Amino acid sequence: MSKITQTQITGLLCQRLACFTDVEAEISPETNLITHLAIDSVKLLNLIMEIEDQFDISVPLNALVDVLTVQDLANLIYKIKSSS
Amino acid sequence: MNLLEKLDAAAAARKAQLPEGLAAFGIPIDESYSATEARIGERRVLMLGTNNYLGLSFSSECREAAHKAIDREGTGTTGSRMANGNYYGHRALERELAEFYHCRECIVFTTGYQANLGTISGLAGVGDVVLIDGDAHASIYDGCILSGADVIRFRHNDVVDLEKRLRRLGDRSRNTLIVIEGIYSMLGDQAPLAEIVKLKNVYQSTLLLDEAHSLGVLGETGQGLVEKARMIDEVDFITGTFSKSLCGIGGFCVSNHPQLNQLRYISHPYIFTASPSPATIASTRAALKLLRDGYSLREQLWRNAHQLYSCLKETGYCLGPEPGPIVAVLLDSPKQALTLWNGLMAHDIYVNLVLPPAAPEGKSLVRCSINAAHTAEQIGRVCETFSKLYPAVTQ
Repeated sequence: MSKITQTQITGLLCQRLACFTDVEAEISPETNLITHLAIDSVKLLNLIMEIEDQFDISVPLNALVDVLTVQDLANLIYKIKSSS
Repeated sequence: MNLLEKLDAAAAARKAQLPEGLAAFGIPIDESYSATEARIGERRVLMLGTNNYLGLSFSSECREAAHKAIDREGTGTTGSRMANGNYYGHRALERELAEFYHCRECIVFTTGYQANLGTISGLAGVGDVVLIDGDAHASIYDGCILSGADVIRFRHNDVVDLEKRLRRLGDRSRNTLIVIEGIYSMLGDQAPLAEIVKLKNVYQSTLLLDEAHSLGVLGETGQGLVEKARMIDEVDFITGTFSKSLCGIGGFCVSNHPQLNQLRYISHPYIFTASPSPATIASTRAALKLLRDGYSLREQLWRNAHQLYSCLKETGYCLGPEPGPIVAVLLDSPKQALTLWNGLMAHDIYVNLVLPPAAPEGKSLVRCSINAAHTAEQIGRVCETFSKLYPAVTQ
């Protein structure tokens, strides 16, 4: 997964998020993780551990303060993946 | 939405989620009779939800020491350890704790929460990494936030997962503080300390062990998991609290690293708060002696813990992974947990209720805490009540 694109990351995230939420909604890059998908803080932290394993990266929890939407999360993962 | 409206919305959401469960949180204890009994409203209740593991809260030695300290030194220090609040008792307790752990340095903090906050934020900073167990206590999370370091979680008690995360850090593992707990407060299970020590040595990291729930409970002299696992020379920093087995309030950090002392000059949770009151320090010093010599209390505590754990397991309840003074009953839904909690209260038994997201893995918990002062009859009564309530809880 050396040259994964931002779009591919967003697509993978949308698929993964569907398993993390009880809310039946179409997940798009603009979807808000908390207000639309009702992902609580603990679920979000568990999701991050799965993402770390899937992309073989470290995602510091302190980097999540600006993450509101699926796109924000995808951007963060892409940034970390690109610099690793 | 303004600041106050946000709080109103949060309150409404809480009420909507927990119409029957609100009474379980912050319940008023009207009178405390002993280490095991209290009055709640008109009820005389068996307390199975305290952290009073050795049952020392009414010990005559501790009470007498506290009374004398008030008479001699007054009710409060009114100042920081770095100013006018650095009394003889604070320094004596630091010496006694260092001696108890055979360590070179000790710092006493005003609360256990501040011990973690002050130690973690003093040790790690921007550019460093703190690796924490997924079930870490809030004081550990808050210490991480205050530190400014990069915070990474590993799966609870999963050594393979920890190694994976250390490996990913590359050279940064040398600037990494791994934080674990002796006994975890939610499920009551113990950290695999020996295996974690091996990893921290391989990756040249630093290890902090929080013995909040294991001090007084594990090890021959009650040092905690570090003593049980014979790892005192391998753990870099040990934090703990006075508010559980020692029945006071306050916290500490001990270490053989002389650099610990530097935290006194940089750690805001140490500096910018008043020091513990003379009575608190005096009762803690007395309790520490009782704890160190309390081998028989620990034996009684473990007998009680095994009695409750095995009886609840036989009844069919799903429990935390291993017996211990914290016996966590895991339930699939908040409704089941509330049914059990209300049923126990109706039989005059108080336990702690933990609902998602505070409980691990989306479960709800009815969390029992055993102490050395509980009698076999009291535990028997608890077992009988749990058994009576089982059909209603699981239907």
